[in-house]
Amino acid sequence: MADVSKLETELLSAIGAASDEAALEQVRVAALGKKGSVSELLKTLGGMSPDERKTQGPLINSLRDRVSDALARKKSALGDAALNTRLASERVDVTLPARPEPQGTIHPVSQVLDEITAIFGDLGFAVAEGPDIEFDDNNFTKLNIPPDHPARQMHDTFYMAKQKDGSSHVLRTHTSPVQVRTMLTQKPPIRIISPGRTYRFESDATHAPMFHQYEGLVIDETSSLANLKWVLEEFYKAFFEVDKVELRARPSYFPFTEPSVEWDLRCDRSVPGRIVFGTGNDWLELAGSGMVNPRVLEMCGIDPTKYQGFAFGGGLDRLAMLKYGIPDVRPLFESDVRWLKHYGFSAFDVPTLDGGLSR
Amino acid sequence: MKFTLSWLKAPLDTDASAQQITDKLTSIGLEVESVEDAGTRLKDFTVAYVVSAEKHPNADKLKLCMVDTGAGEPVQVVCGAPNARTGMKAVFAKPGTVIPATGAELKIGTIRGVESRGMLCSIRELLLGDEHDGIIELPADAKVGEPAAKALGLNDPVIDISLTPNRGDAASVYGIARDLAAAGMGRLRDGDLSPVPGKFTSPIHTKLDFPFGAENAAPMFAGRFIRGVKNGPSPKWLQDWLKAVGLRPISALVDVTNFLSLDRGRPLHVFDAAKLKGNLRARFAKDDEHLAALDGKTYTLDSEMVVIADDAGAQSIGGVMGGEHSSCTDTTTDVFIESALFDPVRIARTGRILGIVSDARYRFERGVDPEFVLPGIELATKMILEFCGGEPSEVVVAGATPNWTRNISFTPAAVKKLAGIDVPRDEIVRILGALGFTVEGNDPMTVVPPSWRNDVVGSADLVEEVVRIYGLDKVPSMPMSRPSVIARSTLTPAQRRCRIVKRTLAARGFNETVNFSFIPRGHAKLFGGGDEARQLQNPIAADLDAMRPSVLPSLLAAAQRNAARGFNDVMLFELGAQFESGMPGEQKTVAAGIRSGVGAKSWTKSGHAPDAFDAKADMLAALETAMNGPMTAPIKQGAAAWYHPGRSGTLALGPKTLAYFGELHPKVLTAFDLKGPVSAFEVFMDAIPDSKAKSKARSLFAPSQFQPVERDFAFVVDNTISADAVLKAVKSAERDLIERADVFDVYEGKGVTEGKKSLAVSVRLQPKDKTLTDTEIEAIAGKIVAAVIKATGGTLRA
Repeated sequence: MADVSKLETELLSAIGAASDEAALEQVRVAALGKKGSVSELLKTLGGMSPDERKTQGPLINSLRDRVSDALARKKSALGDAALNTRLASERVDVTLPARPEPQGTIHPVSQVLDEITAIFGDLGFAVAEGPDIEFDDNNFTKLNIPPDHPARQMHDTFYMAKQKDGSSHVLRTHTSPVQVRTMLTQKPPIRIISPGRTYRFESDATHAPMFHQYEGLVIDETSSLANLKWVLEEFYKAFFEVDKVELRARPSYFPFTEPSVEWDLRCDRSVPGRIVFGTGNDWLELAGSGMVNPRVLEMCGIDPTKYQGFAFGGGLDRLAMLKYGIPDVRPLFESDVRWLKHYGFSAFDVPTLDGGLSR
Repeated sequence: MKFTLSWLKAPLDTDASAQQITDKLTSIGLEVESVEDAGTRLKDFTVAYVVSAEKHPNADKLKLCMVDTGAGEPVQVVCGAPNARTGMKAVFAKPGTVIPATGAELKIGTIRGVESRGMLCSIRELLLGDEHDGIIELPADAKVGEPAAKALGLNDPVIDISLTPNRGDAASVYGIARDLAAAGMGRLRDGDLSPVPGKFTSPIHTKLDFPFGAENAAPMFAGRFIRGVKNGPSPKWLQDWLKAVGLRPISALVDVTNFLSLDRGRPLHVFDAAKLKGNLRARFAKDDEHLAALDGKTYTLDSEMVVIADDAGAQSIGGVMGGEHSSCTDTTTDVFIESALFDPVRIARTGRILGIVSDARYRFERGVDPEFVLPGIELATKMILEFCGGEPSEVVVAGATPNWTRNISFTPAAVKKLAGIDVPRDEIVRILGALGFTVEGNDPMTVVPPSWRNDVVGSADLVEEVVRIYGLDKVPSMPMSRPSVIARSTLTPAQRRCRIVKRTLAARGFNETVNFSFIPRGHAKLFGGGDEARQLQNPIAADLDAMRPSVLPSLLAAAQRNAARGFNDVMLFELGAQFESGMPGEQKTVAAGIRSGVGAKSWTKSGHAPDAFDAKADMLAALETAMNGPMTAPIKQGAAAWYHPGRSGTLALGPKTLAYFGELHPKVLTAFDLKGPVSAFEVFMDAIPDSKAKSKARSLFAPSQFQPVERDFAFVVDNTISADAVLKAVKSAERDLIERADVFDVYEGKGVTEGKKSLAVSVRLQPKDKTLTDTEIEAIAGKIVAAVIKATGGTLRA
């Protein structure tokens, strides 16, 4: 029996000494291969007497099991060691920068447009759009601004090349022609906002020759200045994300509304570069508005003895600048990537009323 | 419209403070732009008497003055002004006063060893002008210790209101006073409008000379001759008022007309009668008739403009500006006063075409009071007689006051209905009455606006009058109904597409831009535009003169500007309009984007020069998100002329072009001074069809239970054969089984005949009802090869 235990000692020592998988395989073949030492021993069982086999059988079989186990354990240990060596060699410097990805942004004007449509959408205002190049008739005459009316001087108008008949189309000076187009094609009740590009012949530190306006129009049988005030209050509260606002009304004049009202919002500008709404001692002029002039209703095919309503409007860029602390208007249209990344918004910050308009 | 507080208080009897008045003006719709109140601003500066002015002991150019400030003993002041002298009255600032020019507080100082306890001020130090040659010398009768502003005639606040175009009646101090009186700010004084009896028949007659049908060009023309006047400076009070509102006093005769224009909104003209030949006629100018006007310029008139002419020719541009030839001078002795009515529209047109902005035009184009033609002459007569003496003729009149009365049927309930505010009926009647409206009857009332309110034509106008005087701040806030309890979506499918495309592109790394719709004509021409019809008549700048025919030139110009700042790698997009013509409505909404540069410099070397396939991916991302599904429309080689002809493509759905994509033409890049390449895409948002899906439910997810099989093929085809054609042929071989076919390698070069290319295609077979046997797979492979050979003339690569 000394043979078995001696063989075991030899084999286990050889397994222990195997330094890699190839060496271990040699040991396995030498022990458990067809001609291996353990296999040879197992073969001897066939020639033994039943008694001898009874004692030798378990000894040799358990030798085979123990050698097999030892081989498996050693193989696993060698595998782990090799993996650890590989992993150690695969170390990278994780402080190196990540693979670069471009940082896309949404322009503040688009973002604020989405905010405004979310707010007014909640009150059932659809979004109406119209062309940038307009008929003089839609931009002026149907809005009760006939040719050579002094009010045309308030609109520094861009004119397109002359037509054959000497007349010229204009770049719309406000989005009010969208209201005209809406009234000409829809029956009351009407609730729309009309945001979009507008153009005035002015260019200085606080004006760009192209800018964005939003206007609202409500036509039904009862809506009054009191409803207008409520709409504006609710809008500014929602837009500036404050609990209260205070509006001040001033009589004004727009040919397309009668009575006409301008609205100032109470604010605090005591800290330079910062505006807080709803408190303070300053007033900020934010919107022009009024009850739609019956003449305008009539010219747009709506019966002024039955229907009435209000219109209001203001600067979309200006709202964006006020809310997000953008000091100058002109860079909005200069496409400086540094500015776009600084003031832009993540594509995934879609303004919603439940999730909040902004972060 | 500027006026001073004391001027306003001539027609308005009131105890109200300047602050109360300006607050009220804004609240009734006469918005106060600014109040320049030198009296308040300079309240710390007083009149002082220079008792003595002697040379400073230690400085040649300085003087040592003893100054009597009216408060105690004279104080010692060191002064550097050359005009400082004994016996003068000067403006004194005591220590502690903030000097306007420097914003610094004056301190007791020691100048060259001598103490100075105050300062004598110059015009510039008080920010009253630029003069600083010396200190201000006040009149000898100025009272020591009084506010200097008073002695300077500056204690009268100047109020500037921004007048809306409808309020011609408020283009006068009197009209403003009338509004304030109606709003409870005092009592209106009417002034003496009684006629001055004429002493003789005017040697000059007035005549209206217009063709039939054009009589409203000037419906009334009145005048009066005054002989034996002596022109000279007008009284100080009048000069002070005119100066305060920015007018230069000229002479009594001219100042009177300027005053009445501002005070009563009644423009007048005074001719030097000696320079006129014959009678005066109001008539249309002749085309190309010239007139040298009072502003020193010569204007070329046309036959739609009205002139006042004598036998020699045009002497003034009616209602706009007088002529130089017949203007009054110091030697004028006989004058003729013109007071007329002109058609507001013609005045506006004349002023606009000639580029003349005058006080007369301002008032006539807004509409003057038609009943004030003759009172205007009487007021002018009285002032001229008072200032210049002389003898008036009888008034001559051509034409007559046009009928201006309008009856408006007015229901008091309209105030509540339109403005949402309860105003008692009595208050409505009181307000309208105070503003000069006559009110008769009950409900409806008949309201007649006064002659000076040509802007009030209907019930809504009356509501405005009532509400602005009653107080707009009393309008309550009233909720509106909600159309549905839980808000419904209000955006159209097209609007939603625009929104999601913007956010998709931003998520891909593009920065959204908003650029001007007008671009340089040279840029427009590169993109199929720049034609006459898309030009602006009056561009804001010479290089912003063409409506853009594509969004790309805006983006390329932006890329160039960024490159000039050192940012070569940009990904920019804009969703906006491109203009197909100069006609309203002929514009397209386009989502366009560009990539330039190789991306950020990085150790990962992951950047690459943008190519057609970047643009294709961008374009497809935009389109597929917009259409909410895979884009299957065929892609054609080539795109618009501004793209690289061999590296661009077009995607069309039937006759509608959905998108262009590719690398831009090198010539375009050169024109924008960009070092290429630049990839670009244009997605035409209006061409995207609305979804036809009738249900929100998705199609059923039913994956096959059977093992898919992948087989790779390599085909050799002419290199003019498109990958798309090969893939199409592959798919046509067994439509039900071939789930997808992808090109995974394209090779030209060694081993492939010149003019040919090798395309490696991976095909995935997905059986639906049983597992494919080897024989079946081989049969399908054979069909695929046969289909490709048949369709493309290619061969299976050996």
